[in-house]
Amino acid sequence: MTTRAVEAWTLEPLVTFVKEAGARLVLVMTSAGQVMAQHGFSRAVDVMSAAALGAAIIASTDEIARQLAQPPFAVLNHQGEGHGIFLGVVPTGRGKLVVLVVYDLHVSSLGLVQLFFEQLTADLQAASPQEGVSKQVLAADFERELSESLNTLFGR
Amino acid sequence: MTDASRPAGYGPALDLVTRVRGVRGAMLVSGDDGLVVAEQLMEGIKGVAVAALAASLASRLRRAMEAAGLGASLFWHLQCDQGSLLVVPAPSGVLIVAVAEPDVNVGLVRLELLRAAEAVG
Repeated sequence: MTTRAVEAWTLEPLVTFVKEAGARLVLVMTSAGQVMAQHGFSRAVDVMSAAALGAAIIASTDEIARQLAQPPFAVLNHQGEGHGIFLGVVPTGRGKLVVLVVYDLHVSSLGLVQLFFEQLTADLQAASPQEGVSKQVLAADFERELSESLNTLFGR
Repeated sequence: MTDASRPAGYGPALDLVTRVRGVRGAMLVSGDDGLVVAEQLMEGIKGVAVAALAASLASRLRRAMEAAGLGASLFWHLQCDQGSLLVVPAPSGVLIVAVAEPDVNVGLVRLELLRAAEAVG
């Protein structure tokens, strides 16, 4: 399984997290769904779908929290028969990042993912460049930026 | 000893274990998730980490026992330089975990862990 990053500073924290938590698939992305790093995905279309869905779930829970007049939810876990999906938010110097983790219940557990997600949060916060937030992607550049990111994530 | 997470029904089960001299803390851990159900721990013990890692170990040990045709795990004891980790899985899948000093009476802790497992069900 390969781990690749568009922004190099995310790579080492992600590699450590995958190893410790026994995660099967991981995406690190912005809250807009722009992927910064991935582990375990073999097809670009899967990364795009997972990023879009993950970002949409976080946006939905943010809105639920807003309607309840509560601060945004920090993590969300959804457990199935064989796999679990964990979504967590990491505030960094480069803005709010969303981490999507898919874990196999025979290999890992919610407790392990939560435990090492705390470490991932600390590692990403320590590694993130402090100056400025990542640049906005303009509609005109979107296609090119997306292709470049996917090429990097899949080593093309 | 802190007991920040101790649902009412589980208190007496944890008391059985923590009253043994040399026990630094006891926890009930969800075996499937590795999450803390209830705990009574001395300061300095990272309950969340112990729960997650003990449950992961329990899951692997269970599969090893099954693969070896030995049946279900009843009790395990990990002895370290500065203490011990002792675990009894309850029939419901909850793990009763004790963190103890190196010179603890292991036989007595085992007995109380088994009693706690019976109480938890």
